[in-house]
Amino acid sequence: MISSLNILLPEIFLSLSIFTILMFGVFIKKSFNLIFNLTSLILILTIAIILNNPNHEEKIFLDSFTRDSFSNYFKILILISSLFVLNSSKNFIIENKLDKFEYPIIILLSILGMFFMVSANDLILFYMGLELQSLSLYILASIDRDNLRSSESGIKYFVLSALSSGLLLYGCSLLYGFTGSTNFEVIANELNKENIGAVFAMVFILVGLAFKISAVPFHMWTPDVYEGAPTSITSYFAVVPKVAGLALLIKFMFIPFSNVLLEWQTIIIFISIASMILGAVAAILQKNIKRLLAYSSIGHIGYALAGVATGAISGYKSAIVYISIYVIMNIGAFSCLYLLKKDGQYKENISDLSGISKKHPLLAISFLIILFSLAGVPPLGGFFAKFYVFTAVLEKKMYALAIIGLLTTVISAFYYLKIIKTIYFDDSAITFEPVKNKAAQVSIFLSCSILLTFFLYPSIFSNLVNSLFVS
Amino acid sequence: MNFPILSTLIFLPLLSSLFIFLSKDKKNNFNSIYISLFSSIATFLLSLFLWYSLDVNTADFQFVEDKSWINNFIKFKLGVDGISILFIVLTTFITPICIISCINSVKERVKEFLIAILVLETFMIGVFCSLDLVIFYLFFEGGLIPMFLIIGIWGGSRKVYSAFKFFLFTLLGSVLMLVAIIVIYWLTGTTDITQIYEIKIPEEYQNLLWLAFLSSFAVKMPMWPVHTWLPDAHVEAPTAGSVILAAILLKMAGYGFLRFSIPMFPLASEFFTPLIYSLSIIAIIYTSLVALMQDDMKKLIAYSSVAHMGYVTLGIFTLTKQGIEGSIYQMISHGLISAALFLCVGVVYDRLNSRLISTYGGLVNYLPKYSFLFLVFALAALGLPGTTGFLGEFLILTGTFQKSYLAAILATIGVVLGAAYMLWLTKRVIFGVTKNSAIETLNDVNKSEIVMLGTLAFFVIFFGFYPVPLMDTFNVSVNSLIDNYQLALNTR
Repeated sequence: MISSLNILLPEIFLSLSIFTILMFGVFIKKSFNLIFNLTSLILILTIAIILNNPNHEEKIFLDSFTRDSFSNYFKILILISSLFVLNSSKNFIIENKLDKFEYPIIILLSILGMFFMVSANDLILFYMGLELQSLSLYILASIDRDNLRSSESGIKYFVLSALSSGLLLYGCSLLYGFTGSTNFEVIANELNKENIGAVFAMVFILVGLAFKISAVPFHMWTPDVYEGAPTSITSYFAVVPKVAGLALLIKFMFIPFSNVLLEWQTIIIFISIASMILGAVAAILQKNIKRLLAYSSIGHIGYALAGVATGAISGYKSAIVYISIYVIMNIGAFSCLYLLKKDGQYKENISDLSGISKKHPLLAISFLIILFSLAGVPPLGGFFAKFYVFTAVLEKKMYALAIIGLLTTVISAFYYLKIIKTIYFDDSAITFEPVKNKAAQVSIFLSCSILLTFFLYPSIFSNLVNSLFVS
Repeated sequence: MNFPILSTLIFLPLLSSLFIFLSKDKKNNFNSIYISLFSSIATFLLSLFLWYSLDVNTADFQFVEDKSWINNFIKFKLGVDGISILFIVLTTFITPICIISCINSVKERVKEFLIAILVLETFMIGVFCSLDLVIFYLFFEGGLIPMFLIIGIWGGSRKVYSAFKFFLFTLLGSVLMLVAIIVIYWLTGTTDITQIYEIKIPEEYQNLLWLAFLSSFAVKMPMWPVHTWLPDAHVEAPTAGSVILAAILLKMAGYGFLRFSIPMFPLASEFFTPLIYSLSIIAIIYTSLVALMQDDMKKLIAYSSVAHMGYVTLGIFTLTKQGIEGSIYQMISHGLISAALFLCVGVVYDRLNSRLISTYGGLVNYLPKYSFLFLVFALAALGLPGTTGFLGEFLILTGTFQKSYLAAILATIGVVLGAAYMLWLTKRVIFGVTKNSAIETLNDVNKSEIVMLGTLAFFVIFFGFYPVPLMDTFNVSVNSLIDNYQLALNTR
């Protein structure tokens, strides 16, 4: 029994630490700084625990919880990205008076939820993890409660997300009814084409998951929430839940739905193409950087889904590589936003960037690298992400998906170029204050140098990902 | 040979651009200019050494570097043969000239400009060295970033429009090539082109793949009707940008046809010959007529570039020895001549800030040295015997006559039209009456301009009279290209 608890060690450690620092927060006044630093420490320690844990597959609690290299990879990705997102946003949080001690604790709780999502091997556990994550995110979206737009975005997110959770839950119960089990492996065996009801349930579950990763046509909340929520929350939204959501989606496709591939493939292809097109076209007219990044993230999820749509292990791997590189690019992009400060206010409009290349050359060149990488122009990291995905797509001879996908990259290149144009070609309008935010600068530097030097060793992620699917 | 000479050649400019990025600038950006000039000349000497030590009696790839890159998938493979070496030398030769030209013409953000030029040089050399489709694509597309910035930051009044048009046109053409490259990988199991040459790509795939490659090369070349980005890009780009664009970037597509389209898809190349003939002939005649009517000097030269590139595609797809050799020669020659013509325009543009033909007239009275050099290049551009321009066109037409009389006759009309617009341009700019009083106070070419234009003029005339060093270099490679093509047709 003790040895099986070992498997759960990261989760146990995380939950115990959450309760401990919650107590700190309750009894110590003005404890934000302390709790924030403790949170970073907890994240680092959890990474260490996971790295020390063995990687081979083990299941506990009636096969409802899996610990394998797949879940460990995603947990580490979630932890590292949260670490960077949190630390680079610290100044922003304090300056915008969001420094309530609950802030980092709620983030930790959502991470705990994601841990259960990526490790779940059972419908009930998966749903509980998802809800823990979602509830934390609702609070985070409206954390700036005195700000009208933040509360609006929180409510909007809550209502729509609750609806999608309802659909998801309905799908789960249907699935249980038709297959007689909540265990993923048992469902996989019971589920086949003849079982129409179960296929029906699958569609409901797909809808719920597509909502969580904001794929078209369930993306409506994304731009509003991204724009309304404080930047520090937006950057968290754009990175971490996406990783967990995609992991969950891949897991569903890989285990419970593996026998109804043809049924879900069409759906995923449609969602993928729709996301790529909408992400490319709708972003063109945006004036707010956060809103633009929202549409861009919709597009990027479309590319990752193109990898999932192949229904092959190589495709899943390419989607995981894609999301990993996406995380690097987005951490860099949002960290740049923390440096755009003028008169104590953080600027969010694209027009505020005009001509910053003259006064802030380093910031400008970071933006340049990240934006070209988001556009997928070689030799930057973003190109390799797309390259892996489309290699997997073409392996399955899905020519239409590949060609549409690559054509949308040209359209999306247009709006990335528009920002670069504003930065480099236009005359400067404002000078930003020098911002002392070491963490954000380090994040930008790391992200840019990884993207720039990615071509030297482009198989770094695919090597890591290669061992994830041994079954 | 163990020393990775090609990697050194590729990454030397990149390293020096890093140096410039980190260096502190004193007055007038002397540090940056000296570092970049020094490194680009070093690269040029290295490429000369490469040319010298290349064995031209074999068509095999030499100085091959083969490193594993993406695991079990793609290798980082470089190598040169008789065809690519000339383009490498052309690139490394033009880059120092561009750097010298920016001393006079670039006034602001000189450091960034030099970095962009050197990064661009890395990508350009990489294109001509790569023996792997993915590496080729990487370098081919990567060049867009610095060129986009060069046009956009240092360009003229409509720079944004031109930069966007340039970037999006080229990217749109290239994504189909990326699809084709990945499809080739799944068909043959490799992206190493020397292996793809051995493995025959199935006939039913060849046509589509060939078209996908064409979509990229046609935009880059540029071929009619997707040439419209070129005049815009040229007009708005700063002088050095125009020079690089005309001299080297346009040659990538011609090189791509020779390196990829013909050897990999011989059957499709034969099948689509009529298409290329028609597009080339339209390009030659139509753009020559358009060039006649331009009132902007840069635009006129840009359209003439499209016409000259029409000869190149025509020559390549005659698939005869004369045609292909003529095309390679024409590309090198156009690299020198168009670079020189854009520099000539740049010289007067720096002084009067106008590219309009009507601003000038009667320059010969006040700028005799300049007028002489301009005349040399104008005559070379129209193909006067004794300059490089003649030999290329002559060989291409010889090759075309073997295949199609009609195409050859129509192309010859283009030669006449070419003479017409070049001579008319010369008449209006250099000769005639001086209407603009500002011209009377102009200074003649200064030392750095003499160095740039003089060197180019020397080579234009030298290789016009004595083409042997160039011809010998690519002779064997072209022969083997044609032999393999014939073999593929016969064993169909």
